[in-house]
Amino acid sequence: MTKFLQRWTVFAGLVVVWQVLGWLADDPFFPPPSLIVSAAWEWWVLEPSNFFDHVVPSVERLLGGWAIASLIGVSLGLALGRSDRAMEYAGPLLVFLRSIPPPALVPVFLLLFRGGTSMQLATIVFGVIWPVLLNSVDGARSVDVTKVDTSAVFQIPRWQWVLGVVLPAASPKIFAGLRVSLSLSLVLMVISELVGTDNGIGSQLMQAQREFDYTRMWAGIVLLGVLGYGLNTALLAVERRVLAWQPRSRDEQHA
Amino acid sequence: MSNMLEVADLGHTYGDHEAIGGLTFTVRAGELVCVVGPSGCGKSTLLRTISGLVAPSRGDVSLNGSHLAVVFQDYSRSLFPWLSVQGNVEFPLRGLPRAERRARAAEALEWVGLGAAARKRPWQLSGGMQQRVAIARALAYRPSLLLMDEPFASVDAQTRFELEDLLLRVRREHDTTVLVVTHDIDESVYLGDRILVLSGSPARLVADLEVPLPAERNQVTTRTDEGFVALRSKVARLLNVGKPSMDMEKWAAAERESLSETVSS
Repeated sequence: MTKFLQRWTVFAGLVVVWQVLGWLADDPFFPPPSLIVSAAWEWWVLEPSNFFDHVVPSVERLLGGWAIASLIGVSLGLALGRSDRAMEYAGPLLVFLRSIPPPALVPVFLLLFRGGTSMQLATIVFGVIWPVLLNSVDGARSVDVTKVDTSAVFQIPRWQWVLGVVLPAASPKIFAGLRVSLSLSLVLMVISELVGTDNGIGSQLMQAQREFDYTRMWAGIVLLGVLGYGLNTALLAVERRVLAWQPRSRDEQHA
Repeated sequence: MSNMLEVADLGHTYGDHEAIGGLTFTVRAGELVCVVGPSGCGKSTLLRTISGLVAPSRGDVSLNGSHLAVVFQDYSRSLFPWLSVQGNVEFPLRGLPRAERRARAAEALEWVGLGAAARKRPWQLSGGMQQRVAIARALAYRPSLLLMDEPFASVDAQTRFELEDLLLRVRREHDTTVLVVTHDIDESVYLGDRILVLSGSPARLVADLEVPLPAERNQVTTRTDEGFVALRSKVARLLNVGKPSMDMEKWAAAERESLSETVSS
């Protein structure tokens, strides 16, 4: 309980300060939190159609894009990581592609896919695949030599080598990549919705801004924050379960 | 007795460094053979070529059976931290039905006295216990030949004695053929039915010695047995222990030369 208080005191304090400053300033650009929350309530809870037409599709794109990028990134990364030859060929290409800022490709994808969900998915996938891919390469390379030898001596089947040795050995690095990618997915989801679509949280932000409805704009921003926080917390919980096998430093001293 | 392993004119060269220079020997079924040699003489290369991890530059290795197991020195790296102790022992048995896998692993863990630790993670165990898990894993695989690469070099002396006796017991109970690579002369005499003494790099066979000790060994009485002491000093003499090596003499000569140059100039 004290830990909970410790973690949220600063956060709550800032909200209170913002509330007071918002009241005092009475500036339409910076509404106090109370107004933002009531706007959010009116917009998404009292009118559920808004929630289902805008928030749900955004979350679907975010998670869909992230899942596709993760699947491709992990499988390609593990394959590249276990082959020095492949990495020599693909390395420069990967560094080049990774250096392109994903928003710069939005116009390209807009032309290719004529807007819509596939264009948004493409933007997210292209933008978030790199941390997963490069971390998977790194993780696959880090399988230590004795484990490689052990697997070779016991002549284990190929599937067991990939799923039972390389994947778990790389999993701590993979999760580090997945976390970075997840927060990037949120960014790219918003960017991909700024143009070429009329639904989603991003397009609503733009619309609210164009209509000078700053309270609603802030509500959208706060919603994105809540979404990012929630997703990250969920992924951390999964990570803690999946990587529970990792030796904790205190136990290791005993060995 | 049939031969379990036949090694004929085995040689291996890395670039222009000759690690092994033409080794010929056999290991008979049920025998425990120790390979002893100075550090860096190519013992590990020998083990890697026998186990098939490295293709030798020349010569032949033929194993009378389909599979062998290796126990590596570094147990903490050879065991998989994401698997339980039981899972580690089942690791080489994936091709078998689940029930049989379970049973074999449980049995092998009993053999090394770790039946109670099956559900733990390897890193929760002491070093000696971890190496016992690695031995159980190798035994569960039912290998034609069990190769061991400096298996007890990373544990303390007390644990080392325990593990040596454990190895002698399980190989007697299960009639396992074992080849142990070690740099420790005492260990090679204590464990072996036969000792292969290797020269320094490139490794050549210096001697193939029968160990004239009873099968039943004891850490206290065997080590003070006359036969043990005599054989130990014989191996030590063969390995040139106590004499300065050629490199050291060359180095000393070069040192004297450079000193005299400094003085004269």
